[in-house]
Amino acid sequence: MRILTMIKRILTEMLRDKRTLALMFIAPLFILSLLYFLFQSNTDQTAALGVRNVDTTLVKAVNNNHVKIHQISSDKSAETIIRDHDYAGVLSQNGDHLTLTLQNSDQSKTAILKQSLQKGQIELKSKAARTAIKTQAKALKKMQAALAAVTRQMGRAGNGKQVAQPAAGKQLKAAPSYTVTTHYLYGSSNSTYFNTLLPILIGFVVFFFVFLISGIALLRERTTGTLNRLLATPIKRGEVIMGYLSGYGIFALIQTLLVVLFTIYVFNIQILGNIWNIFLINILLAVVALTLGLLISTFASSEFQMVQFIPIVVIPQIFFSGIIPVNQMADWLQPVAKIMPLYYGSQSMSDVIQKGATIGDIAPSLGILLIFVVVFLVLNMLSMRHYRQV
Amino acid sequence: MTEVIQVSDLEQGYGKTVVLKDINLTVNSGEILALIGPSGAGKTTLVSTIMGMLKPMKGQVTVLDTPMPNRQLLAKIGFMAQTDALYESLTANENLMFFGSMQGISRKALKEKIPYAANIVNLVPDLKKYVKDYSGGMKRRLSLAIALVSDPEILILDEPTVGIDPELRQQIWNELHKLANAGRTILLTTHVMEDAEEADDVMMIRNGAAIAQGTPKQLITEYGVKSSETVFLAAGRQQDAHTNND
Ligand SMILES: Nc1ncnc2c1ncn2[C@@H]1O[C@H](COP(=O)(O)OP(=O)(O)OP(=O)(O)O)[C@@H](O)[C@H]1O
Ligand SMILES: [Mg+2]
Repeated sequence: MRILTMIKRILTEMLRDKRTLALMFIAPLFILSLLYFLFQSNTDQTAALGVRNVDTTLVKAVNNNHVKIHQISSDKSAETIIRDHDYAGVLSQNGDHLTLTLQNSDQSKTAILKQSLQKGQIELKSKAARTAIKTQAKALKKMQAALAAVTRQMGRAGNGKQVAQPAAGKQLKAAPSYTVTTHYLYGSSNSTYFNTLLPILIGFVVFFFVFLISGIALLRERTTGTLNRLLATPIKRGEVIMGYLSGYGIFALIQTLLVVLFTIYVFNIQILGNIWNIFLINILLAVVALTLGLLISTFASSEFQMVQFIPIVVIPQIFFSGIIPVNQMADWLQPVAKIMPLYYGSQSMSDVIQKGATIGDIAPSLGILLIFVVVFLVLNMLSMRHYRQV
Repeated sequence: MTEVIQVSDLEQGYGKTVVLKDINLTVNSGEILALIGPSGAGKTTLVSTIMGMLKPMKGQVTVLDTPMPNRQLLAKIGFMAQTDALYESLTANENLMFFGSMQGISRKALKEKIPYAANIVNLVPDLKKYVKDYSGGMKRRLSLAIALVSDPEILILDEPTVGIDPELRQQIWNELHKLANAGRTILLTTHVMEDAEEADDVMMIRNGAAIAQGTPKQLITEYGVKSSETVFLAAGRQQDAHTNND
């Protein structure tokens, strides 16, 4: 009864606070879209490459959508040419020797050029190998015919192996041919870093905004004295916390649904696992953020101080959420990740989206998130004691 | 007459600092007790202790024979805090509804009681207004209406008359007397003697100690002065003389 009244009050207050509503529902989508476009533009990038005295076959092989070839005739040094024309790099050939000079002020362009050159070389090699194989095949056929003739002769004469072997051995030394076909377990050749990042980002965005808004809401209640006034009524401390949890939980739930559906349908993200697992993870993450926000607001005496907690409570969680692979971190750093709720959230999000993890697979992580919720709830109950002893 | 609020040998403070010492008081049913004292004397601290928001450091507080702090008992107390604690984005009516149901009153009962409480403080025409559009005095009045809306057995009011004009002040006092006559117990704090004169009993607090206690008339004769205003000054001088002797 009291909890219901509290929920109703929180809903009324929130619905009248248009700016907070916008922050909660539009800001996350805005941030995700911004990141989407930021990472998207990367793949459309082209790098200008000047070429001098390079074999046309190689130039052809190096050329692709991301490289713009400029033929150079002048004798100026590669450095000067790069400066004059703002090329990302210059490739020159001297006999068998290739020299690639890179501007390297934009690493992504550098990477494009290096990759293209490598790809070009591989392409040439495999082409050469294919030609070699064809010639080999022809030679082999000739040999077979010859061998057959010899065997026929030898059949009459006795043992023919001695003649055939040296010839075959010589032919096999030629380069093998590899045709490379790439299979993508997740995504496609159009996949960008964004696809890897997205599961982590969804979790983070949900966590961050719920944390901020619930924290500031309870803080406002503390500083205006309404919390004190509320505790001068026979309401239980647990009821106050449950009221907050459910009231702001409703908004957190809507926000989570919005963020998840937005990313799936607008960004057209492929999800290997079950979408309900994704909702489950994010809702749990939102509840952790909610209880943590309520708790942290105890230690702040103004909105400004609440914001000061972001670098301490939220930012480190991003680093350990999987943006930098945790298992590649220094040994002593790895346990730090294990105390961060976002680590478990992001981990299971990545598992569900990219590896198709089932509810059983992510159950341990969900369990740990649940433990976080319980711990924060208990701490919240204790901190309420400060306002009323019973 | 039964003893409703009883405080015995109370010592209270925050952390290690002691704010109140040797406080003894009794309020009977149907009685109005005014706590008067200068700013920082410890009135709010005493009121919070009686409400059970703070645990006594020493001594005992009982309300309706129940030792405080006690959560359930808060349902029988109508409280008005010194600072207005209102939800600014809600209307006055919504604030009354919210705190009323927190107090444990049903929505149906509240619909009848809200006009009554709002009428005492002349807020009926402004009930639909948002609290953020209220003046300071209107907020005080709304806080008082919230204390009254649950029709409680005990009223504890921390500086209820600050920012309220003389005419309305008189109207509020009339209502408080009416409630007391109907058997309600009222404890309030104030800075001004005019309020204290309206009360049945006055307790003066200065520097955390009770320096004088009795009916307003008793105090005037006891200190041999002409008005209650001067009682306070005389009692203060006496306290200073004692502390200097120590
Ligand atoms: N939360 C608190 N923590 C520490 N000290 C406090 C706290 N609240 C009040 N005090 C101190 O206790 C003393 C008494 O304060 P209290 O609020 O009870 O005074 P008061 O009589 O109500 O004053 P006023 O008439 O100004 O409201 C003051 O010295 C004050 O500094
Ligand atoms: Mg006070």
